[in-house]
Amino acid sequence: MTRLSPFNVVSLTFGFVFLYLPMLILVIYSFNASKLVTVWAGFSTKWYGELLSNDAFLDAAWVTLRVAVISSTFATVLGTMAAYVLVRGGRFYGRTLFSGMIYAPLVMPEVITGLSLLLLFIGIGMDRGVLTIVLAHTTFSMCFVSVVVSSRLMTFDQSLEEAALDLGASPFEAFRLITLPIIAPAVISGWLLAFTLSLDDLVIASFTSGPSATTLPMKIWSSVRLGVSPEINALSTILIGLVTIGVIAASIASKQSALRAKRDEQAAARAQ
Amino acid sequence: MRRVILIAVPYLWLLALFLIPFAVVFKISLSDIALAIPPYTPTAKDGLWTMLSGLDFENFVFLTEDDLYWKAYLSSLQIAFFSTFLTLCVGYPMAYAMARAPEQWRATLLMLVILPFWTSFLIRVYAWVGILSGEGFLNQFLLWIGVISAPLTILNTNTAVYIGIVYTYLPFMILPIYSALDRLDGSLIEAAEDLGCSRLKAFWLVTIPLSKNGIIAGCFLVFIPALGEFVIPSLLGGSGTLMIGKVLFEEFFSNRDWPVASAVAVILLLILIIPIVLFQRNEQRQAEAGK
Repeated sequence: MTRLSPFNVVSLTFGFVFLYLPMLILVIYSFNASKLVTVWAGFSTKWYGELLSNDAFLDAAWVTLRVAVISSTFATVLGTMAAYVLVRGGRFYGRTLFSGMIYAPLVMPEVITGLSLLLLFIGIGMDRGVLTIVLAHTTFSMCFVSVVVSSRLMTFDQSLEEAALDLGASPFEAFRLITLPIIAPAVISGWLLAFTLSLDDLVIASFTSGPSATTLPMKIWSSVRLGVSPEINALSTILIGLVTIGVIAASIASKQSALRAKRDEQAAARAQ
Repeated sequence: MRRVILIAVPYLWLLALFLIPFAVVFKISLSDIALAIPPYTPTAKDGLWTMLSGLDFENFVFLTEDDLYWKAYLSSLQIAFFSTFLTLCVGYPMAYAMARAPEQWRATLLMLVILPFWTSFLIRVYAWVGILSGEGFLNQFLLWIGVISAPLTILNTNTAVYIGIVYTYLPFMILPIYSALDRLDGSLIEAAEDLGCSRLKAFWLVTIPLSKNGIIAGCFLVFIPALGEFVIPSLLGGSGTLMIGKVLFEEFFSNRDWPVASAVAVILLLILIIPIVLFQRNEQRQAEAGK
């Protein structure tokens, strides 16, 4: 199927303009000299300067970064364990409940997750702050990690693991030397997914944080409720730029590793 | 022994931070509001029996008596249905065109669809505020080309909420449909055309049924989160936009009525169970068909 009709071209063009134009406008107007965001008054980078001298934003960015790094690391460890249990764990008591608890948070409305965690934290008398946000983010993003990792675990050749065990490796050695290197790309993309989910989250963080911790999305939220502001445009541009660079770098890296794998395969085929 | 630890750690984590919190929500939804910290009675401190005997369904009765909640649930359902349909109308042609695009373009097109998904959700919704407002870009553009003579009010209406939902959830619709269409065997359509089907008829009788699972998956992936959406109705919707996620948030933070907020959450969960179960059945069927 490689016949693009005019209708196909139109729907693709329209679709991508729809997806990208709003962000493009945001980026362009972050360089606007005027405080009025819809009137162009010449090129300027002053909003970036104001943003970088705004301590409240920098503090919030620092909190967000710490929460994201810690929670995505925990989520990756727990999510990989959960995926391994789901795919290789065999039968155990309460397996259905376990897989239910893995899949339910993926579709749970954020307001409910946030509310329930907040009520728990208050119920057990836990002070809300960075720690409670980390716990909340770890819980919902470990489920995303586990879905990503388990789909990789399902497709790989289990006989490799069995061969290692036959040759005298302990189960842990087999996991570390055979399974982990094979599922590594999925584990890394799981970490990245958990990291972005945490960076991005507003609702759950609003519920689970206390006065001592404000994340960047919470800070953005409180200023955009008052309307469009050029500082937020500048901040958005920085975030969009970082994501774009990250995604492009990741896709180049994965393309290169795919090419390398192909070359290795061809070399192996020639050697036979 | 290792196996037990491997199972126990994630299991206990999810029990403690996913399942038990729901039990707490359910318990509080049966409690009474109080001027105390925490603002509800009875609490576990009162002893188990006093706690159990203090619970009742008052809050749920209150929800059925107050019009606001009925309207919020109904209008959430209506907004979620309609915006899912709109997302399908925008997403299907895109997924279809992507599946028909030359092989070497597909990876790039796919990345272009996924890229916005990695960008902050909040920022993508915020981008529309400047476009849809009274003196925003859309109105400026429409005035300039002369379609309208006075600016339209779009921001703070339900229309803006529809646009916001379609915009932010579009990748969720495109990806499953694309993966269904990508697997579709092109010779089936050729066969249909050879046997005398018109293009349109072949599309309707072959392509649509074979991409059915993708369509269903995409619709659920948009419908379920849209139903409990909070950010989009709060930022783009107006005071007249009633959505249950927003009501819950306000009940909790502005009115500080925790028992009623909990009852709102319990009912939202009950409404969501039906589409979630249907979605998982669809996924299972697809997984079995793939084997």
